[in-house]
Amino acid sequence: MLVVALRMLFGDATKCLGLVFGVALSTLLLCQQVSIFFGLLSRAASVIDDAPEADIWVMDPAVKTIEVPYPLRDTVLQRVRGVEGVAWAVPFFKASTQVRTRRGTLDNAIMIGVDDVSLVGVPDRFLLGTLDDLTLPDAIAINPAGFRLLFPGEELDVGRELELNDRRARIVAIVDASPAFSANLTIYTRYSLATRYTNNGRNTLSFVLAKAADPSTIAAVADRIAAEMGLKAVERATFRRETIGYILATTGIPASFGTVVLLGVLIGIAIVGLTFNQFVMENIRQYAALKAIGVRNGWLLAMTLTQAAFVATVGYGIGLAAAAGFFATAGQSDALRGFRLLPEVAVGVALLAGVIVLLATTVSLRRVFFVDPATVFRG
Amino acid sequence: MDDLPTNTPPGAIAVRCVGVQKSFAAGETTVRVLRGTDFTARAGEMTFLVGPSGCGKTTLISIIGAILSADAGSVEVLGFDVRRARGGRLADFRLANLGFIFQQFNLLPALSAAENASLPLVAAGRSTRFGERAAAALLARLGLEQHLHKMPAQLSGGQQQRVAIARVLVHAPRLVICDEPTASLDAESGHTVMELLREVALAPDRAVIIVTHDTRIFEFADVIHHMSDGRIERIEGKSIAPSEAHA
Repeated sequence: MLVVALRMLFGDATKCLGLVFGVALSTLLLCQQVSIFFGLLSRAASVIDDAPEADIWVMDPAVKTIEVPYPLRDTVLQRVRGVEGVAWAVPFFKASTQVRTRRGTLDNAIMIGVDDVSLVGVPDRFLLGTLDDLTLPDAIAINPAGFRLLFPGEELDVGRELELNDRRARIVAIVDASPAFSANLTIYTRYSLATRYTNNGRNTLSFVLAKAADPSTIAAVADRIAAEMGLKAVERATFRRETIGYILATTGIPASFGTVVLLGVLIGIAIVGLTFNQFVMENIRQYAALKAIGVRNGWLLAMTLTQAAFVATVGYGIGLAAAAGFFATAGQSDALRGFRLLPEVAVGVALLAGVIVLLATTVSLRRVFFVDPATVFRG
Repeated sequence: MDDLPTNTPPGAIAVRCVGVQKSFAAGETTVRVLRGTDFTARAGEMTFLVGPSGCGKTTLISIIGAILSADAGSVEVLGFDVRRARGGRLADFRLANLGFIFQQFNLLPALSAAENASLPLVAAGRSTRFGERAAAALLARLGLEQHLHKMPAQLSGGQQQRVAIARVLVHAPRLVICDEPTASLDAESGHTVMELLREVALAPDRAVIIVTHDTRIFEFADVIHHMSDGRIERIEGKSIAPSEAHA
């Protein structure tokens, strides 16, 4: 009887395609939007992710996110180094700046200044040049998306010069930094240079990055720094969470993506529900005939669920493939780089697709269950 | 299904309805469709149920076919008291013992003639291959051996009705209930269908009940029950006892 159910479904090719299309569209929409949402959140914490050597981030108590640092006194660095349990501590500068492109336009850039000696905080993924090149005079490293922004249509290259705050800066390396949330161009340089490339006044220290001598005491060391210095000192993972939490709480991103996800679910339910209902209504006499013959409701339930399962599986498969294709192609662009189809999202959307199809078939199922077999005797 | 009837002796009463009543709500009023109807059909006979539209014929065969419940009276079909059974048990009873032929055929449009005809066997748990083989044999007997794999839309009305007959007979039911089986057919096709029904559906231990308006096929009846206003008004036929002639 389950084969009969599928034959009934295939027999109406238009509705069968409509049902599969509805689920596929919802799946594509949900996979794409939810993956981009998580990709955006991940971008918000990219600078933290690119400095995995640091266990503890020290900052002004008012700071809630890496996007909005508040300058610390330079003396803070030495005091952190003096706290018991700290293996090392280095300065970390982060600021927004503007860069004039070749086309004469101004573009936002993130300026990261790292410790002049250790260079802790620069991601270890160099496409051109090396970490040591950053010790050269006026040396900066930029990300590939930033290079393409500054020099459109040109191959990645080193040796070019920029003007930052009326000072010369020379690109010595191209570093594959994680895509950032607020700008396409990320500039890495030494702390001493970064403060000169921006006009940040007397206090320039954004954060102090520290390493605990004993990995098992990171939380305790962070608490000690906070207690002794009256500053905020948190573990890396905590700061990452707080940064993402700040984005979630203060921007319209969750509401915007949530709306799209809700629309995806509703569109899926509407398309699948209406099409499936129409399919059942057009076959209601056949269902009534089956009931009259003696087919039990349990079998009719199994038949309907088989049709729903087929639609859900094929529709989900097509939608997932389309989403994967999207990220494999569009994901190569600088605007969408780093966004990918997350396995967790694929699993979650699979469950959601199942729920969409189940909800959409519930009304139809009711009709099948309660159809009066005596209908077949009516003209 | 172990307590369901397993055989019907030739000439035995296959269906016995006594004082059957059925009403339907129509808005705020109640329409009494069956008003204490008595009805009998014997094995080995083709029993016709005739009467004007709205007299209760369809309601009566729906009750006999265990797809509608009576409000009052007794309904015994093949020795089974259908008023005492409910839901799944009634479905099992229909599947094992009854066959229906409808005015509008009600074939599944996505299934071929052989697949449609095999449905009761497949529904009863037999394999698709077994069902289609049995259906093919029956369809060949009904003159459709060239059309086994055709879809209903590719068949004429008469051919579709023959597929419907094959669907009914494939599991050898002991009671076949037909609702206007010739209404959608021309005179010649109707005649052919009735000959086939008489030849294939009727057997000494099987009964056939036919609801019809089609006077052209009355010649096939063994017994004709004339129904009017929810009651059997008159019975005529070969095997009617004098006491039964006027209900």
